[in-house]
Amino acid sequence: MSDFLQLLANGLVEGSIYAIAALGVSLVYALLRLVNFAYGDMMAFGALIAYGCNGPLHQSMVVSALAGMAATAVLCLVLDVVLWKPLRARRAGFMSLFLASIALSLLLRQGLLLGAGPQPEAYHVNPYRVFVLGSVRLSEAQVIAIATAGATIVLVALFLARTTAGQTLRAMADDRTLAAIAGVDVTRATQLAWIVSGLLAGLAGVLAGLVEYSFDPNFGFELLLPVFAAVVLGGIGSAYGALAGGLALGVAEELSTWSGFAGGVNPTYKPVVAFAVLALALLVRPQGFFGRARVA
Amino acid sequence: MSTLFSGDFWAFVGVVAGIYTILALGLQIQFGFTGLLNFGQVAFMAIGAYTMAILVVKEGWSTWLAAPLGIAAAAVGGLVLGLPSVRLRSDYFAIVTIAFSEIIRYVATNEDALTGGSQGTIALGKVGTAAQYNTQWSSFQSRVQGWLGFSSSDATMLVIVWLVAVALLALTALAVRTPWGRVLKSIREDEDAAASLGKNVFSYKLQALAIGAALAGIAGLFYAWEFSFFSPDDFEPLLTFFAWMILLLGGLGRVWAVPIGAGVFGFIFAGTRFLDFAPFTWFGSDQRAYLRLIIIGLVILALVVFRPQGLLGRKQEMVLE
Repeated sequence: MSDFLQLLANGLVEGSIYAIAALGVSLVYALLRLVNFAYGDMMAFGALIAYGCNGPLHQSMVVSALAGMAATAVLCLVLDVVLWKPLRARRAGFMSLFLASIALSLLLRQGLLLGAGPQPEAYHVNPYRVFVLGSVRLSEAQVIAIATAGATIVLVALFLARTTAGQTLRAMADDRTLAAIAGVDVTRATQLAWIVSGLLAGLAGVLAGLVEYSFDPNFGFELLLPVFAAVVLGGIGSAYGALAGGLALGVAEELSTWSGFAGGVNPTYKPVVAFAVLALALLVRPQGFFGRARVA
Repeated sequence: MSTLFSGDFWAFVGVVAGIYTILALGLQIQFGFTGLLNFGQVAFMAIGAYTMAILVVKEGWSTWLAAPLGIAAAAVGGLVLGLPSVRLRSDYFAIVTIAFSEIIRYVATNEDALTGGSQGTIALGKVGTAAQYNTQWSSFQSRVQGWLGFSSSDATMLVIVWLVAVALLALTALAVRTPWGRVLKSIREDEDAAASLGKNVFSYKLQALAIGAALAGIAGLFYAWEFSFFSPDDFEPLLTFFAWMILLLGGLGRVWAVPIGAGVFGFIFAGTRFLDFAPFTWFGSDQRAYLRLIIIGLVILALVVFRPQGLLGRKQEMVLE
């Protein structure tokens, strides 16, 4: 039973990172109908900028994480101006946006490989400090990840529910045209969505880098598919769905390896478990847990 | 600079372009004619190649029996993927197909006993032996080389691959002109309208998916024979994106645009090897490999932004939405 609790704790850590990333993907989708395939590489971008501050520049982990988040948000804003805005002006549909984001993902990842090199990096944190909670042992990175993720989830939920800016975003997600008619500054709101999405990408990247301990420019892309699975599981475009999907997926992945569960799945198959869960969920509910049923 | 003028090098580029033509032709049927957003095409290539190699090495089958079975396995893979997913909304479908291709790659990487694992096909046989799945193919190829009177095996492969590719292109061009092909196009244009006229949209979508998958299986066979070794790393999602780029370079909804797209792609991909002047010389050779992919990414972006119907596509018939 104790290893069950340990796996559950690991799953919650992994799931909270998925949840943050899935939130960032879902937010942009809700506003722009863009399934951002480059999101994983944006996470890697944030993680590597933070590494640059933390490693060579000897900044503290907190400062580095903030720098990584800010840099990712700036990257998102720049990309909105040079790429997504022209595509929106042309009324590009889902297909164009998706393909453009795939190309962008290729560009970003190769750019990171060119800039930072293919070797794995690790943040300057102590990997041996361990927190013990009953029968569960969590590394310092895991504790930081789950605490930060919890705080972020609450903050984003409050932002979306309580602030005017958050309500603007939700109004636009509901109906872009109607929101524009009602006087919402669509351009400003779009930029805001990109900033939030970028901050979340940077944060998810840094946390994933901390938890995995060492990472290279490819690690964001490897995280992308479970993040997408979480988004689809929750229903694309639903904020709470993304959170629930992320946590559910992280826990499902970890618990699938529990020996009490039919001997447990080989841990290398964790990503496959994520997709098996996704496929089953889609068979039952094609629009995801929280997604609205919609044709086409 | 010497490779630039080497006939064998360009024959190799032509072989790869032919293999990509067959792969992208499958996508053309699935997306260009039926509107299915398949982003997992590389998985069917892997299924075709692995089925053939495993049957030849482990079961001792003849290549001429194992190869058709590889194609059939790819088509069955298309059905297995399609049954739960073709009813999904297109964005969900796209994600599920990528996921499927990654699952196939994970299984191929981890099931050492079946696929040789991450070491690739060389580990298919008994421990300590280097497994070969292409003995029969090589002897066939050298016989063809004798008939043709060629001195280069690359040139022979070029002829074989393109004969098959042209035959498949011609078949597809005929098929899309039949009533069957018109139903596919009607599904692409308006699924509900097709359904209201009594067409079984689900079944037609499955057929398109399975046929496109079978074509990818054929591409996988040639890929396996051309390189005489492969591993799960050869079937990364990147290959699917290359096929998409070929589709866009050529043009959507046009069969004969596919080989043109593949040719242009092959030329860009091979041509970027010869960027040995400033500013490219500032980078090392491994860094130039990243630069090549950056250039390919930029080309896709430029196409999506400036020419959404593809270089030769008809704007009236189909534009990337």
